[in-house]
Amino acid sequence: MQSFDAIIIGGGTNGLAAAGRLAKSGRKLLVLEASSITGGGAQTHEFAPGFKTSSVAHLLNMFDPRVEQGLDLGRHGLAYAATSIATTALSASGDHLVLEGSYGERVLGSFSNSDRASWTALRSKLLRFAALLRPLKDMTPPQLAGGKQNDVMKLARLGLNARMMGRSDLREFMRMILINVADVLNDEIADDRLKGVVAFDTVLGAHMGPRSPNSLLLLYNRLASEAAGATASLALPKGGMGSVPASMFAAVRSLGVEIRTNAKVKSVLIEGDRAAGVILQNGEQIRARSVVSAINPKTAFLDLIGPRHLDTETVRRARNVRMRGNACKLHLALRSAPDFKGANLATRLVIAPSINSVELAFNAAKYGAFSEHPVMEIMLPSAIETGHAPSGQHVVSAIVQFAPYALKQGWKTGRAAFLDRILKTLETYAPGIGALVTHCELLTPVDLEERYGFIGGNWHHGELAAEQMLFVRPMPGVANYETPISGFYLASAGSHPGGGISGAAGWNAAERIIQVEARA
Amino acid sequence: ASLFRPEIMRDLELPRHGLQILPYEGGAVFQQDGGYLAMHRDHDANRREFARHSKRDAEAYDRYSRDVLRHCRFIRPLLMRTPPDPTSFRPRDIQELMYIGRKFLDLSQTEMLDMFRFLTMSISDFLDEYFENPVLKAYLAVSGIIGTALGPMSPGSAYVLLHHYMGDVDGNIGAWGYARGGMGAITKAMGLALAESGGEIRTGTGVERVLVQGGRAVGVVLETGEEIRAKRVISNLDVKRTFLKCVNESDLPSSFVKQVKNFKIRGSSGKVNIALDGVPKFTALPDGSPCIRGDLHFTDSIERMEMAYDDWKAGRWSRDPFLDTMIPTLIDPTMTPPGKHFMSCFVQYCPPKINGNDWSDADRDAFGAAVIDQITEYAPGFKDLVLHAEIRTPRELEAEVGLTEGNIFQGELTFDQLLFNRPVPGAAQYRSPIKDLWMCGSSTHPGGGVMGAPGRNAAAEILRDIGKPSKMSDAYAVL
Repeated sequence: MQSFDAIIIGGGTNGLAAAGRLAKSGRKLLVLEASSITGGGAQTHEFAPGFKTSSVAHLLNMFDPRVEQGLDLGRHGLAYAATSIATTALSASGDHLVLEGSYGERVLGSFSNSDRASWTALRSKLLRFAALLRPLKDMTPPQLAGGKQNDVMKLARLGLNARMMGRSDLREFMRMILINVADVLNDEIADDRLKGVVAFDTVLGAHMGPRSPNSLLLLYNRLASEAAGATASLALPKGGMGSVPASMFAAVRSLGVEIRTNAKVKSVLIEGDRAAGVILQNGEQIRARSVVSAINPKTAFLDLIGPRHLDTETVRRARNVRMRGNACKLHLALRSAPDFKGANLATRLVIAPSINSVELAFNAAKYGAFSEHPVMEIMLPSAIETGHAPSGQHVVSAIVQFAPYALKQGWKTGRAAFLDRILKTLETYAPGIGALVTHCELLTPVDLEERYGFIGGNWHHGELAAEQMLFVRPMPGVANYETPISGFYLASAGSHPGGGISGAAGWNAAERIIQVEARA
Repeated sequence: ASLFRPEIMRDLELPRHGLQILPYEGGAVFQQDGGYLAMHRDHDANRREFARHSKRDAEAYDRYSRDVLRHCRFIRPLLMRTPPDPTSFRPRDIQELMYIGRKFLDLSQTEMLDMFRFLTMSISDFLDEYFENPVLKAYLAVSGIIGTALGPMSPGSAYVLLHHYMGDVDGNIGAWGYARGGMGAITKAMGLALAESGGEIRTGTGVERVLVQGGRAVGVVLETGEEIRAKRVISNLDVKRTFLKCVNESDLPSSFVKQVKNFKIRGSSGKVNIALDGVPKFTALPDGSPCIRGDLHFTDSIERMEMAYDDWKAGRWSRDPFLDTMIPTLIDPTMTPPGKHFMSCFVQYCPPKINGNDWSDADRDAFGAAVIDQITEYAPGFKDLVLHAEIRTPRELEAEVGLTEGNIFQGELTFDQLLFNRPVPGAAQYRSPIKDLWMCGSSTHPGGGVMGAPGRNAAAEILRDIGKPSKMSDAYAVL
């Protein structure tokens, strides 16, 4: 029987990143992917004849440079159709605001001078604080009480850097670490369009409204990320998001990693309290020195390991990891270009006219209802490069919030009802768009769970919120990628530093595994 | 009263000055379906009642109580200490930081992580980790929202729960007591204690402004124009009133003025005091139930509480408000004529402004009616018992009590305004940018509630400053 140094369960971005990093250390690896294609939440699919779209994520804004450079993805086919994509904060009246460069470096449109000055100061402050937090993303969350091979020194260095910022910045930093984004914006900025788009970006993918305390932390996470070598900016890979895992697939294969698709793991093989391999759905057993789960942590603990191999505390904690997904993905095939009242279609279009519009949209999600007036981010990849739609026609790809996984009326009837709300909203900003639609696909949080294993429809595999970040992600006791079962590791977005098409969690996990196994 | 610090009560010998705290039985939460959940002071009695609603939750209750007590044990001593300034290199600040650090390191790894989670999460999510029954969760969530501009689903509300659990009555953590004669009895006793030590209190004398000369506070000017000089001025007013109304902006650094202007002090609660012609009869309660002598709640799910909060966010009072009521005359009959009763209703949520406009009298009356209607749903005939209702919205709280925006905590209790951030970073040690002008109100650490801790801490700081370290008690340990 074949045996491997490590088996990686899940061929998403994090699984492939972990595989790549481990393969570079000379290990013999097997990646098992349940579906027919690798990539997880980063894929491109044809949803109507001749119309292709990125399946879930439709922009790159958090791609870990260690992955991109370490696996030499450029050489394996990763190229960009556009980088530093601008954002248009849509206004129903057509008076749009355009944010260019690294997170609104330049703001175009009717924008008051006082707001311009305040935004410049606020933006630079937020970027400074985000940069301070940036090193956290690359480290294994240290155990506060100490422990072997602990990164407490790295944490101490971060503390030192904080002090080096100077007194007034440090004070501001401590005030603005666990604060809500709405208060911060309202204190400084008057322009509703700008505040709306920042509020939207903050809570994108979260179960939070802009007025939820601690929400600013999520904005820092966004601002501390990069894409195509630029901080806090957006990029679109050539051919859509599917090109990212495709290039990773190629890179990892070239490092000698074996990848099997349509290989669903039924359980982790446990011998004497140690992970010894996996058992596939078809009964096949594959042995390995260690097993790395790059799938949802809840699934990993409760299904693949199973409660009988775990202590009650771990089981309880695993059940308590919160994964409320609130985003739907909309794909429209259009027979010609829509008109968003003059907005540049090659930019990211955001419908979130004010902080309150986002907050009110979130209200519904708390009670299991979808927003009557949803907020959304729209991309038209066909306006950026050819190949997404037949010539002259267009693809709309939109992430729409808020639509809770646990919709009270059920998604069977909810789907059509929510789609109607979304199209009505779109019609306000792009009159006549409805008449251009030739085909339409709406992926609900339930669809996202079924297709990609995002439990609860949450693409971070665990909500990003202060109490589920860093030392406590996905849950206390397993934040350093190790688990109570020796030889069994976590490497999905459910672990620190969370999701987005990033690969950081997988890369960090691999680094940790190399470190731990060197000690053994 | 639950939050009032027992250390202060003993140091000032308030019982000798007439203060009597009467402990009371828990109370009840009335359900929309006609049922009710009884609440008791005694943990085991509570557990038995919980079992009537959910066996699983009754078991979880032990684990829950243990965990909350552990968090309480960590936080409580910090209430009675001046927060360290983490940006300073002064030995005292470093020592104090180390004190907190050491206390933190005394915890096990799991305890630390759970503490971190607890301090950042919402009370709703926290309760979901233990319980399944909605009524029970609604009951336990109450302490997470009282007085705050947060809903039970807002992150950070779990800490607020702790803020309310920090109190005790005769060593019973989290127990609530009632001051005989009403809350005024506490300040009355404190006034007597002060007079005995030679202090003087003048009422009916509003302060117009603080006299500042050469960058120092040298006294106050009263509304009557009278000037009173003193070596130092200590303001118990909230931070906005103190610095934006009683001090000239030009005497303050502009960065400080901006911080104070941005201080969040949105009021969220109202009060309705109802004079009653008799004891209301609640349909759900069995005859002779002691629960009627405790807190009575009519919100039987966290969702209803949260919806009440959504109304507040939208700038209107809650259509289905959360009420925390009690009938003090059932414990202390001295407050009304014989046979009559008095019901005190704390109401959330109630915004400082209605859709951006000031409260009108009609708004106020409609708000009061919403409260009385809700009670009547559970006690038919309640309306007929009402002799008089005094309705206080944030407008009245500001005008009569002087609480800016009607915020009962003199500032919201979120992390950006707690500990070394309270009231504003850089001024968390009771000192203000003006020499000899001090702060001692709830705008300062550790915040509001009838607690006395900010004043006690400010006094300790002033005494240390003048070289007369205090003889006040440190925080009592949580056993």
